[in-house]
Amino acid sequence: MSDAVLQVEVVSAERLVWSGEASMVRARTTEGELGILPNHAPLLSLLVQGFVDIRASDDESWVVAVDAGFVSVAANRVSILAGRALPSHEIELEKRRQDLERRRATGGDVDDAEEAAEQAWLEAQVRAVEHAS
Amino acid sequence: MAVSLREYRARIRSVESTKKITRAMELIAASRIIKAQQRAQAAAPYARELTRAVSAVASYSNVDHPLTTEPEDAKRAAILIVTSDRGLAGAYSSSVLKEAERLTEKLRSEGKEVSVYVSGRKGVAYLNFRRRTITESWTGHSDQPTYDVAQEIGQALISSFIAGSDDTAAADGSPDSDRAGDRDRAGDRDEGVHEVHVVYTRFRSMLTQEPTAIRLLPLEVVEGTETPEAEDLLPLYEFEPSAAEVLDALLPRYVESRIYFALLQAAASELAARQRAMKSATDNATELIKKYTRIANQARQAGITQEISEIVGGVNALADANAGRD
Repeated sequence: MSDAVLQVEVVSAERLVWSGEASMVRARTTEGELGILPNHAPLLSLLVQGFVDIRASDDESWVVAVDAGFVSVAANRVSILAGRALPSHEIELEKRRQDLERRRATGGDVDDAEEAAEQAWLEAQVRAVEHAS
Repeated sequence: MAVSLREYRARIRSVESTKKITRAMELIAASRIIKAQQRAQAAAPYARELTRAVSAVASYSNVDHPLTTEPEDAKRAAILIVTSDRGLAGAYSSSVLKEAERLTEKLRSEGKEVSVYVSGRKGVAYLNFRRRTITESWTGHSDQPTYDVAQEIGQALISSFIAGSDDTAAADGSPDSDRAGDRDRAGDRDEGVHEVHVVYTRFRSMLTQEPTAIRLLPLEVVEGTETPEAEDLLPLYEFEPSAAEVLDALLPRYVESRIYFALLQAAASELAARQRAMKSATDNATELIKKYTRIANQARQAGITQEISEIVGGVNALADANAGRD
């Protein structure tokens, strides 16, 4: 059982963000926290804004912030698709924090779906970095 | 004679500076094409995975979705025309617009009303000049489209299509009610469209780009665009929360990714067209300079010859006069 590995691809609309072998993937779906280990049953699920935690085969941990998207699992292949995705080391934490605070202070209109989505995306990035460190 | 020589020299100088500009634009376009192609390649995995996922849902569940349902009788159609923001790209924009006109005519002859969505300043200018109504337009990104723009366009088109598929159920008898001046995409727009077409330029190679028209909506989900390999057989997925909800989230993304693909192809085509146009402009400038240099040299020679013959004539006349006095 332990020899099985997951082939993981994290793909955003504009590029392939990360790909490689992993022993575990954790993500948050609309149904709640989801942990994927090798030989997981085929699954297609919706992701919410947040981060995906990938434990790579070389025991390194990768944290990728994702905007709303979905995850598909089949035959030890995990594809994570999101309109926007950024690995934690590419996120400029301070800038994103400031952006988020500014938006909360000025915009603040969470009723507006677009504004809410933008804030959630910023929040996801901040959380991803915090989780990675 | 001397005056025209000066004129020729001035013209050579002006052509030379034009040549410098066109040459620079040619090089810029050439380097940007590579970038555009890389972007298109980078976007490919997303489109591939999305197609897989969509066909997985489509083939394992019998969920009807408004985006895939063929309307009973389509009366209104939308066309998205992808043109460039800037000119100096040869026939790039005009051939896309020609293709769009052809499609418009075809749809009109089928008895459909056509509303136009445009991306790129050139298309907007073309339609404004002809005083045609543009339902919505997006400008300022034609050679470097981002996914955000594709998303924006996708949402506009989808919402219009959804509105259209809603009102077919309650098909009213007044399809010809005015939609002129419907410039802003207000949420309370009562009329939607029943079909969405996209006209863009496909990037075949550096030498051939062809204007193409595709029907975007209603979607025809092609199950497995690539021939599936043995291990590629789609497994029985579990859908969370449910197949319908997954499809609901997937299909708009799918549409956006198709639009993004069209924008990227159009960008690469635009740059290739510009490179070619600028290359022939540079070649023409070189030719002109050669021609004018020859003419200028001829004029200079003629001037010198004339001066010599004048001097010789003068000397002769002087000698004759002196001989006469003697």
